Amino acid sequence: MNFPVRIPLGKWVEVFVNWLTENFSSVFDSIKVVVEFLLVQLDSLFVWVPWPVTLIVLTTIGGLVAGRRVAIITAACLFGLGAMDLWIIGMSTMALVMTAVFISVLFGLPIGILAAKSPKFDMVLKPILDGMQTIPSFVYLIPAIMFFGIGNVPGIIATVIFALPPMVRLTSLGIQQVDHEVTEAGIAFGCTPIQLLLKIQLPLSIPSIMTGVNQTVMMALSMVVVAAMIGAGGLGSKILYSIQRIDLGVGIESGLGILFIAVVLDRILQGLTKKQQDAIMHNK
Amino acid sequence: MAYDTSPKIKCEDVWKVFGSGSENIIKDWDRYKGMNKVERLEKTGCVVGTQKASFQVSEGEIFCLMGLSGSGKSTLLRCINRLHEPSAGKVFIDNQDITALSDLDLRNVRRQKTGMVFQNFALLPHRNLVNNAALGLEVQGMDKKKRGKKAYEALELVGLKGWEKSYPYELSGGMQQRVGLARALATNPEILLMDEAFSALDPLIKRQMQDEFVKLIKKVKKTIVFVTHDLHEALRIANHIAIMKDGAIVQQGTPAEIVLNPAKGYVEEFVQDLPKTKFITAHDIMQKPDKWVLPIGCTTEELTQKMNENGLRFAFLLDENQRVKKTVDYFNFIATNGFSKSLEDIPQDKRPSYFPTVSVPGNTFLESLLNKAADTKVPLVVTDDQGKIQGIVPRETILTSLQSA
Repeated sequence: MNFPVRIPLGKWVEVFVNWLTENFSSVFDSIKVVVEFLLVQLDSLFVWVPWPVTLIVLTTIGGLVAGRRVAIITAACLFGLGAMDLWIIGMSTMALVMTAVFISVLFGLPIGILAAKSPKFDMVLKPILDGMQTIPSFVYLIPAIMFFGIGNVPGIIATVIFALPPMVRLTSLGIQQVDHEVTEAGIAFGCTPIQLLLKIQLPLSIPSIMTGVNQTVMMALSMVVVAAMIGAGGLGSKILYSIQRIDLGVGIESGLGILFIAVVLDRILQGLTKKQQDAIMHNK
Repeated sequence: MAYDTSPKIKCEDVWKVFGSGSENIIKDWDRYKGMNKVERLEKTGCVVGTQKASFQVSEGEIFCLMGLSGSGKSTLLRCINRLHEPSAGKVFIDNQDITALSDLDLRNVRRQKTGMVFQNFALLPHRNLVNNAALGLEVQGMDKKKRGKKAYEALELVGLKGWEKSYPYELSGGMQQRVGLARALATNPEILLMDEAFSALDPLIKRQMQDEFVKLIKKVKKTIVFVTHDLHEALRIANHIAIMKDGAIVQQGTPAEIVLNPAKGYVEEFVQDLPKTKFITAHDIMQKPDKWVLPIGCTTEELTQKMNENGLRFAFLLDENQRVKKTVDYFNFIATNGFSKSLEDIPQDKRPSYFPTVSVPGNTFLESLLNKAADTKVPLVVTDDQGKIQGIVPRETILTSLQSA
């Protein structure tokens, strides 16, 4: 039995996206330039620095912010990456992921704050975030190619769309969960709204915000492979290659490489706010 | 300003109704008055926090808002610094209408005039004690060195010297609340708003904190509005108490007024279980001394006449400084029978045997009055600092005040 109507939604979207591409190409171009600039700077830095230097610097940072355990883990992970002959390509992935995470945090944090402060905005935002997380990430790739062409930039944009929701949600949740009395205390001592946000609400939501950053890093890493389908480089392209050739060895090695990078990034990022997080969690 | 007797804080018919359409409820209160909270919420979608609450606090006074949870006391407190925006009514601090202030002016009042202490301390867990205590100064924009110094002083004042660099989680509840108090005192506000400040502490610490608080307050001289659900606490700390029920103030008065003349119903019930011996003082129950006293130089005739007239068993003889010199027992006195002479002229062996005088200061609690009364037959003499007579507490009065209690 036939369905009575056929809504040509796909057509509409296609027309709309085409219209966007034609009329706003300058906007997309400038986005592309900025993102590419960020990525290239990071990428060339990581690739250019000799591996022992990177290893020592990251290990030291890990040790300073989070203690000896993290330093050892960092060193082991980075050494493993190099030992599998994945150093250069791993560093490219690192740059890719860091760029995506940076952009996600840059937008996710203010959007999350806004959502926490305005219930109306939150109401509109929620279904959009749900959509961003549930629609299969492959689907983003098509408009990303249309807007930004093939390569790293559309890969990063698609990654950002996928990795942004947890950052927004957890920032908003964190601010909403700040002890009501502490917020009241801030107001009672004469905080302006900005002071309240900077001195009380944001610092106290750090555990939640950092969980958001952690999730964003993880999702960005998982998107790396998908983004490789539209030409993003790094370990993702290697995994894609191993799938096409059914090459288990390359697949496993590249997969482990991604895991190592994830561990290093996460431990160091969490370590940056560890003391503050402990103090806050301790008090609960 | 010396003759300025206007109150420091004044609340006039303050309403706080949570939910939309509060104006209708306030306007049409007679219709909603009879309903209980749940009915009202179902009918109107609103919850009445405080209704038509009015009170005044004079400078230097400790004013206590007392009531059970949900009675609207914390809501009313928050209306003073507009943490809750009053739905109707006015709040004045130093004759300035707080409800009419712009955001900026309100912030200045909060920064300079009021400090607040919270039930669960509301400290910033990621800051050490100095930076916690300095919060109020920090938001005023004071530079780091200066505010650090003031925060140190405030911490020392509350007995936390040496803990400045610690974090709140390293401290016990009682110590955390000291930090809360230091934070409120650091800006040197004229008014302290205290929301169940000691309620979260365990009983022993609570008691200790109350005592220290009373001492501290004598040193720093603040006007205080204190919220508590604990009648004992209110009676221990406050000069004035307002008892709240269902958002309304049902009785206001001094602690003794509340204990001795509780308003019918709610307050009466509240006060019922109170160990009154711990709150009623000699001052509250003493009688005017006139009918008991005579100058030391009086004649025995005058004395007998007065004692017969008033049906007294005991009388007191005062010196020129209004101090009790002798306590005279009627029976002994009749036996010696030396009429018409001045007492001094009666020969030594014929003089009435005197009882030792039992005098107590006016702030002695009924509890210790009982002990004193048990050890003697004579009425207790209430004296001031110089030993001057203030009043008499007959032993029967002690018993009746116990009974009414």
